[in-house]
Amino acid sequence: MKSLSEIDTVSKRSSRAAGYSWGIAEEVGKNIRLLEIFGLPGIKNLNDFLNCKKNIKLENLNFITEDNSSNNSQYCPVIAGVNFLDQIKILENLNEIKFKNIAYPMLFLPFVSRASEIVGKRIILKLDKKKFLMNFNNCIHSNFFKKEIIKIAESVSIKILKNEDSFAENEWKELYKLSEETFVEESESLKNSGAGAGLTDND
Amino acid sequence: MNISLRDPNIVMKLSRLGSFHQSRLSFLRSFLKEFKDWDYKRDLFELNEKGYGTAVFSFKKKNRVYSLICFANELDENERSDRVIATKWDTAFTLFDGVPTKLDIERLKNEVPKQEFGRLSYKELTLSRANKSVRVFNHVVESLSNGVQPDKELLAKVGYLYRTTAVYGSGKFGLADRFRIKDREEIYGPFRLEMMLVYLVRQFTFDQVNHVAKNRNPKKAVNLDPEICKSLGIGNSTGLGMAPFIVNHPTLLNNWIYAREVSLKKIREIKNAAIAESDLFKDCLKKSIKNIKSWNTESEYQIKKIKSLLKDLNQFILFLDNEFNFNQEYPFNKLYQHLEENYQEECVEYVVSMMMEPYENIVAPLIKEMSSEEDKYFNIPTERTVSELKIIIENKYSEILKIDFEKKENNLNFWFISKNKEEPRLANRFDENGSNLEQPLAVARDIKKLYENLILSKNNLTIAMFLSINADLRHVVRRAFIVEKFPYSEIQDNTIGSEIVPIDMLRLKLSFFGALKFDPRSDKWLRICMFQGAPLPEQLKNYDEHWVYN
Repeated sequence: MKSLSEIDTVSKRSSRAAGYSWGIAEEVGKNIRLLEIFGLPGIKNLNDFLNCKKNIKLENLNFITEDNSSNNSQYCPVIAGVNFLDQIKILENLNEIKFKNIAYPMLFLPFVSRASEIVGKRIILKLDKKKFLMNFNNCIHSNFFKKEIIKIAESVSIKILKNEDSFAENEWKELYKLSEETFVEESESLKNSGAGAGLTDND
Repeated sequence: MNISLRDPNIVMKLSRLGSFHQSRLSFLRSFLKEFKDWDYKRDLFELNEKGYGTAVFSFKKKNRVYSLICFANELDENERSDRVIATKWDTAFTLFDGVPTKLDIERLKNEVPKQEFGRLSYKELTLSRANKSVRVFNHVVESLSNGVQPDKELLAKVGYLYRTTAVYGSGKFGLADRFRIKDREEIYGPFRLEMMLVYLVRQFTFDQVNHVAKNRNPKKAVNLDPEICKSLGIGNSTGLGMAPFIVNHPTLLNNWIYAREVSLKKIREIKNAAIAESDLFKDCLKKSIKNIKSWNTESEYQIKKIKSLLKDLNQFILFLDNEFNFNQEYPFNKLYQHLEENYQEECVEYVVSMMMEPYENIVAPLIKEMSSEEDKYFNIPTERTVSELKIIIENKYSEILKIDFEKKENNLNFWFISKNKEEPRLANRFDENGSNLEQPLAVARDIKKLYENLILSKNNLTIAMFLSINADLRHVVRRAFIVEKFPYSEIQDNTIGSEIVPIDMLRLKLSFFGALKFDPRSDKWLRICMFQGAPLPEQLKNYDEHWVYN
């Protein structure tokens, strides 16, 4: 079994060899490590991408907007990903961010996962029919478990979720009420000797 | 009195870093302190009469066990090489997490001796190999088998029976990744398990030499005197592989240097030194002179440094004995100021290390802060602006910005990874091929280039937008934001200039390991000795923490 350190180093060096700058290659190294930690096919997709890269007409997406369409070519997943990560603080207030035609979208995914940690919000990423819920870069929930290479995602959508409760208020109240059963009623004399007792609070 | 931390522009210069010496902060010393209460055991010792076979040594505390598995094999004299490019060694070792089963040992017997070409697993923590100093080993076997102790003078000259080359850890060749073990309290502090491996290898060398002597002449043979064992360490040949490490791990480098600088600051801030403290400082300093006098090297460069150090130290000791009064306020601050004004930086840093000896209370808490969670600082704060980044560079790299990289001598070399052994190397970019595959270790040059590009950009531009059109500078943008938080994370020097002495980078790291007697064999590799004078495993429970000077 390869260690994560080996995965990071080899991914970084091979990305540099494929023409990315050292700084971007470092990002790829960390990302492939992340994918493999989450049980997603990082090495498989990176290897295929770097081998096929010369034969694909790739477009660099430098400025991310609400709607990013590349009709005649495919977006490079690494450059689109780096810029998505870098620009996340500007993008986080958009309702939905759409992309058309991202090559090897599994390589784009870890940038979105890291962005979830940076903004402190969950993010839903859809790659055609595959769904991924990014939880602050701690874990990923998905309906995709195959160890396969995804050459392209024609339709990509990103929704940055608001930090909201996942439960109804009455459910919370019900649970809170139950938790109160661990409390003890305080006597009057104890109430009078608590912190701040005996002082005038208008001083 | 509030003493400022020393300026990184002084401390982080290569000549200063290359003058560092071991101290209480050094990893081999903090390893011994941490593991002194652990139970040491020799679990297996199946060697033939020539000393070849398998052995296992362990440290155990409660449910935790670390086991060193040793494989000693016959090696043809023509095949013995300390070069990292060697493929066979006298012995090969791995530190196993727990108690190995027979199956584990069988598996490892096929892999560990192959070193870089073998595959380890998450159950193994560190990996190394060592070759005999044939001259010394044979002499010791010969003497012991004849019932006499070996020639102490010869042993003192070499200092070890075996020398290791690389010691690998942290996921190399399939070894356990650091994340699997980083929360174990006993290994807070860098390189603990690498130190454990070397320490147990040292014990293996003594047990093996006794075993071979005994088998050669069972009736007459004696064991190597424990006092002689104590005086021996483990040699190590270290090449450029270590140099990029300190550039590639900026927050870790910062934490090492920061611990040293905070120690010095706190010691300088001591208003009144107790007599016992000043006496201990003087005692360690005076005793340590013998380590310098027994420091053998054929390197002209090092001989010059040793001579100058010895001269400075003798003069400093005279000053201490005859002119300096410890019975005054802030004595260590006054001593430090005197050092900076009157002595070479090698001597200054030597005495700084010595000043830590009496102050366990200051140093010990800092040791636990010397590791780093590097991934925490990987993301670039891209919402910041060009103007902010410019200010950081002007403040943190002021000396670097003065270097003219258009001049050939400032851009003479390049760092690369060799194809045959995947090891870092340094070469002249105008004489050798391959500078197009340069590693990102020319930080000074790239920082300067970053600054020049920033000057041409709008001040309120965000770093996100700057990076979208300057992807080639991303690696140094990351570093600049790291140095903003970690002042000692960057070498404040040119690592590709004609003046670079790469072994300065090695010495910095090796001093933190706790190595003694740096012996440069060229400007690109050196030999050192580790654990020379250290207590033996059976002596650990009650040992003198200042053993380095005894």
